[in-house]
Order: sequence, then structure tokens, then C-alpha cells
Amino acid sequence: MNDSIVKTLGVAFAICLICSFVVSSTAVSLRDMQNENKANDKRMKILQAAGIFDPSKDIKEQFETLEPKYIDFNSGKLLTGSSLEEFLSEHKGDYDQIAATRDSNYSKSLSTSEDIAIIKNRENVGKFYLLRNEDNSINKVILPVRGYGLWGTLFGYISIENDFNTVAGLEFYEHKETPGLGAEVDNPKWKALWPGKQLYRDNEVVLEVIKGKVPEDDSNLAYKVDGLSGATITSRGVSNMIKYWFSDSGYANLFSELDYES
Amino acid sequence: MNLNRYKEALFKPLIDENPITLQILGICSALAVTNNLTVTLVMCVALTSVCAFSNLFISLIRNHIPSSIRIIVQMTIIASLVIVVDELLKAYDYETSKKLSVFVGLIITNCIVMGRAEAFAMKEKPLLSFFDGLGNGLGYSVILIGVATIRELFGAGTLMGHEILPLVSNGGWYMANNLLLLPPSSFIIIGLFIWAIRSYKPSQVEEDDFALSKHQTSEDLTKRELNV
Repeated sequence: MNDSIVKTLGVAFAICLICSFVVSSTAVSLRDMQNENKANDKRMKILQAAGIFDPSKDIKEQFETLEPKYIDFNSGKLLTGSSLEEFLSEHKGDYDQIAATRDSNYSKSLSTSEDIAIIKNRENVGKFYLLRNEDNSINKVILPVRGYGLWGTLFGYISIENDFNTVAGLEFYEHKETPGLGAEVDNPKWKALWPGKQLYRDNEVVLEVIKGKVPEDDSNLAYKVDGLSGATITSRGVSNMIKYWFSDSGYANLFSELDYES
Repeated sequence: MNLNRYKEALFKPLIDENPITLQILGICSALAVTNNLTVTLVMCVALTSVCAFSNLFISLIRNHIPSSIRIIVQMTIIASLVIVVDELLKAYDYETSKKLSVFVGLIITNCIVMGRAEAFAMKEKPLLSFFDGLGNGLGYSVILIGVATIRELFGAGTLMGHEILPLVSNGGWYMANNLLLLPPSSFIIIGLFIWAIRSYKPSQVEEDDFALSKHQTSEDLTKRELNV
């Protein structure tokens, strides 16, 4: 009786229906909380990159201390005045620049020669953060960066000291690199190598992740970071990411403006 | 209602019929998630609830499952429960769910869950099956918590992130044993657990598959050859 074709199909269908209903309703009802968790995780990474994260305090509250700013990548300048107001009202203060890369109205497709970090589409406007001192001068700038590693794009934030040349911290909030090899970009020991490194020499981006360990007597010590062993392609991806985002098509022109402002 | 059967279903899997040490099931996750006690506890709760509820639901519909598709029906129910647990973790304990990553999803393939569904829930009443699932989940948890306590305490000097043995690198006296933070160490620890339990309960010792023959020296062999 149980093994008749009708019953078999019926049971299979009923089970699938009930299970898919249960699974989809849980997923839908919990989505808001999960998104909030993800957003908080990203905020935490931004705070960590800035070096001011305090786990005992509320993440959202700490995040409020950072001042959001917008850069127009087409001109390389800060968005200010009426164009900023227009931009903010269009996005209702909730701008997601990664989502913007999927919309041709808000992004530009890069040519192969320009696209050294393999990001394919570059958003027109980038959102970054300023950490100010008590006297309102700039302490650090926290900039979003991304670049293709081995399996996928690495998304992260890099913070720069107010000389606009010295790295203060680097954090990735999303990547698909191999655990134990490329995923060592999350290793605190490796991340600790970054603060103090210099981005520019003679107005050219020279900071890079090299293959192997940087010798301690290297005269260019400040421009080189130890490679991740077993993860040459990820290391190269991180180098290209730095090279792209701190070039003229990235943040290079922004710094003179910020310098003037502070 | 026979209370003894419920008691048996719940407590027997703790030591007497432990899924890990007697049946050697669920070893994969026992190796992977035991380097930190907090993560282990979350994993144990996840597995125990999946095991208990999958047993309950499968037992509820056991008389209507066509035998030709019974495995896939069990799998569908188990997989749905695992996804629900995974979604709940992502919503309520994001940090731990990030650390557990694929291992929550891999509960679907955990032999303990599937084994109990097939061996117990397909034959027994729902409530009894629920207790059996609960018991087996707890049996798994007991071993994992034991392994995780040893690994975290001696591998990192902490328990659930709190410092117990101050490390040399933090100015203390304890030199951490890094081997314990690597998966192979759980093999050794689980092996020691099995040894301890089987010395305490010799009835668990498996019979030899074949008897070893007596060692023969070359002298014996030459003699034998001469005899032929």
C-alpha cells in the first residue's frame, strides 16, 4: 500500500512542500536580523581598521563617531555642496556602493588596462570615513578597497594616517580565499605587518606584498609587506588592490583636498 | 508508557552506547569544531536539536514513508532542520556562526543523525524517538565538550575565551601546546577517551576480526620444510 506509485509521489510532494515552506519562512522572517548582523560586522571591521574598536561598547554607537564622506571617482574629488545634497536625497542616506556597481547608472565599466585590481565595474561614488581628533583635525581616513584574489573579490577597509601616506590598518570583511592559505589575510599577525607602511614614493604607489619575507635590512622596508606563504595569487591580488585604489583613478586626488580641508 | 524505555533512550547513549566512542560516528565534526569550547557548545546544541527533532518528525510519519524513497525523505527532513538551525544561528549568534561556517551545514551528512533516523525513528513511537535523538545528541556533546575542554585549555590556556593558564607570550608561565589547536590532536584525545571507556567497560571491546598466528622463527620454518 505504502509503495504504490501514487502514494510515493504524494508523500514526496507533500514532504517537499512542507519542508520548503518551513525553510523559506524561516529565511524570510530572519533576514532583517541577519542583514543587521552583517552590517554590524562590517561596521566592526571599519572600526578595527581605524584601530578604535572597543568590544565592550555598542558597535553602532562607536560607529557614529566616524564621519561619512563621499568621493566622486570620475573627478577624484569630494562630493560637496549641492551635488552632495542631491546625491544623499537620491539615496535617502542609505548608499551601498557595492550594490551601485551592479547598476550601470551608478557605475562605470572599466577597461582591461585600467582594471588592474579586476573589479570590473567601478561605482561613481565611494563612501569613506574620517576619524577626527578632538580639535576637529583629521586623525585617520578609512577607505573601502576591493580586489580580486584567487577565488573571488576581497572586500575590505584600509585606514591611512593624516599624512595620507602611512597605513594605519587593514581589514577584510568578505573574501572567498582558501582557509589556511589565502584566508590568512585575516590572520592578526599578518595584518599587524601593515601599520607604518608607506604607500607613495615620489607620488607613485609603491607599497606591495612581495613574495616571501622582507629582509630586515632592506632599504625599502617601509614599502614592502611579507607575502602569504602558499598564497601567491592572493598576495598579488592585495598588491594590485593597493595599486589601483591609491592611483589617480582611486583616492590619490582626494588626499590633497582633504589636506587642504584639515 | 514505560518510563524505563525513555530513561534508557536518553541515558544509554551517554556512555554505554556512545555514538562517538562506541559507534565511531560523527568524527569529522568532532575533529573540526573542538578547538574552542564556545564554538563546540553551539555545535552540540545544533546537532542535538537537529537529531532530536528529525527523529520526532520522521517517527511521526514513519507509517506513511514508502520504503523505496525513505532515505531521501529522511534526508529532506534533516536538511530542512539543519537549514533552519543555520539561519537561526546567523540571526542570533553571528560570531559563532561565522566560526562554525560550513560545519553547521555538514550536520546534514552527520552519520549520527541519519543513523538514528534509520535505525530508531523508523520503528519507534515519536516521543521515544525524540528522547533517543536527544540522548544521542547528548552522547556526542559529552565527548565533544571533553575534547574541546582539553584542547582549548592546554592549547590556548583559555576556556570559553577566559584566561585560565596565563601564557608565556602574555607574561605568564604556561607554554601553550600548539599541536592541541590542530585537528589531529582530537584524534589522539578521542582515542584516549575510547581507551578509558573500554577499560572501564570491557564489554565494549570489539572482538578481533581474526586471531594472530603464533610467531614462527626461521628455525621452525626450516624444520617444517624438512618435514614436508
